[in-house]
Amino acid sequence: MAQYPVIEVSGLVNRFGSQVVHDGLDMEVWRDEVFGIVGGSGSGKSVLLRSILGLQPPAAGTVRIEGQDITRLSEVQLRPIKASYGVAFQSGALYSGLTVLQNVQLPMIEYLDLEESLLDELALLKIRLVGLDADAAGKLPAELSGGMVKRAAIARALALDPTLLFLDEPTSGLDPVSATAFDELVLFLQKQLKLTIVMITHDLDSIFRTCNRVGVIVDRRMESDTVERIVDHPNRWIQEYFHGERARGARIAAGVGDGAGHGA
Amino acid sequence: MTVDVRRTANGLQLDLTGEWGLHELEAARRQLAGIDLKGVRELAVNTQGLGALDLSGAWALRQFLQGARTAGVEVSFQGGEPDQLRLIDDTLKAGSGSPLPPGGPPAGEAGLLHDIGHFAVRAANDWIESLAFLGRTFLTLFASLRSLRRLRPVSVARHVYDTGITAVPIAALIAFLVTVIVAYLSAHELRGLGVDIYVVDLVTIGVLRELGVLLTAIITAGRSASSYAAELGSMQLNDEVDALTASGVDPFEVLIVPRVLGFMIALPLLTIIADLVGLAGGALLCRVLLDMPLTQYVSRVDESIAPTTFWVGILKAPVFALLIALAGCYRGMQVRGSARELGHKVTVAVVQAIFLVILADALFAVLFLKLDI
Repeated sequence: MAQYPVIEVSGLVNRFGSQVVHDGLDMEVWRDEVFGIVGGSGSGKSVLLRSILGLQPPAAGTVRIEGQDITRLSEVQLRPIKASYGVAFQSGALYSGLTVLQNVQLPMIEYLDLEESLLDELALLKIRLVGLDADAAGKLPAELSGGMVKRAAIARALALDPTLLFLDEPTSGLDPVSATAFDELVLFLQKQLKLTIVMITHDLDSIFRTCNRVGVIVDRRMESDTVERIVDHPNRWIQEYFHGERARGARIAAGVGDGAGHGA
Repeated sequence: MTVDVRRTANGLQLDLTGEWGLHELEAARRQLAGIDLKGVRELAVNTQGLGALDLSGAWALRQFLQGARTAGVEVSFQGGEPDQLRLIDDTLKAGSGSPLPPGGPPAGEAGLLHDIGHFAVRAANDWIESLAFLGRTFLTLFASLRSLRRLRPVSVARHVYDTGITAVPIAALIAFLVTVIVAYLSAHELRGLGVDIYVVDLVTIGVLRELGVLLTAIITAGRSASSYAAELGSMQLNDEVDALTASGVDPFEVLIVPRVLGFMIALPLLTIIADLVGLAGGALLCRVLLDMPLTQYVSRVDESIAPTTFWVGILKAPVFALLIALAGCYRGMQVRGSARELGHKVTVAVVQAIFLVILADALFAVLFLKLDI
């Protein structure tokens, strides 16, 4: 397999009017890793994700997915790339008029020509895979709990057997027990399906438990490193983020760093 | 993606090579289905040459192998059983629930009688609920009449602007076009009889009594009932209405009364504008079609209309406005759960608003005839 990153963002600039969100942001995601994107509120995590997904054309810079610069491709050329990754949005973004099963089937129907029984079986497999009961398959999104919506969103993201998965705040709004179960699901899927996962998250527990590397958006750029090393980054915001009151418990629980203060 | 089949002493050997992914699924299933298992006792699956196997590919392979096993064939793997097969087995073993989801809603008692009854009960409930909605709107309105602050003048003004002032161009255009139709048709017919002066009567009475208010109401029903229903409906979907209720604010007071009041102010004003444009259009057309000087037109208008003619039209406007605003708000507040529901309720709101306006106009016509106005 070629030795280039699955995702390579370089020199990304995003602007809204006079407000500069990203200014020369670089980011690399390698195969089979779980990459966490971290940043303060309003630091442009979601804008970065939207840029990578091609929803937000950047003012400058390139975004390469599997070596192809998606900022230069037409909609038609983007189609196969879009089929190669799955996205689970923060609020789930399940199609509210369709059942969970139909939600999972929709991308398959759009991209493939399969028999109905096979569609049912494959969609149901994905639904069971993310830990939902088969009973949930017939339900409408409005009838699901918050945790079930997040799982269903992942099932839909997995519909086309992607190798790359984007998760936007997968554990936000979940209780700690469900969040832990969700982290386990992410790890399980990563290992079993050999996925590359990019995940925006605020959940420190989640970062320490699941991520191999973390990219922190500070001052409109990204500092990325392994979880063990990023906690010692000299930047003030990063120090506060990983060594603040809330972080200590999470690191002790995950056994990263000394959990007592600066330096490990 | 290929399957090479070789005969061995005891059965078959399958060499799986290449990518087994979702996009090769149909081809894989076709190739596997083409393998003749008759007389085969042992099946050796060689996975050493396998490039990639995703869950869909594994599913196709698993189905084939299951079929072979139930036919009494012994399956073995060379190069190990793919992890994906084990993952599928584990997934299906874990959890509960039926292997396939129930298809659609539970089947109730079928039959025409059942359907008619069901429909009747639903329609009756709908009437009761809409009456309750009307009642609650008025109770809230009366309660808020006690103080100016609770009447929310800013909000009411916004709705007068949104539903009234922005609708002036379209209401005026429609009024003018209707005048053109009435004047043109009547001028053509009446000139043959030599009584073309009555064109003025037809235009003025037609516009002032009926057409001005009715067409303005129908146009704004399309505009405002839909916007009310869509606005309130998406607020429902976003839990905004619940948020208001939870914070102790009555959604009827902040959402519905200002809309109803705003539209009840806007529609009469729009009707006056439509009447004016209609009369002015009448003057223009009489000038063009009949060479009638303006002074003659004005004096004829003065003669033709009774003191009540204008008021008969304008009186209907607030009633129409109430019906339209209620239909929009009521359907909007009914939205639950899905975007499809929102679209459905907006459609129902517009259709019902227009229906109610025409029904009310018919009742008014009978009423005014009986009262001899």
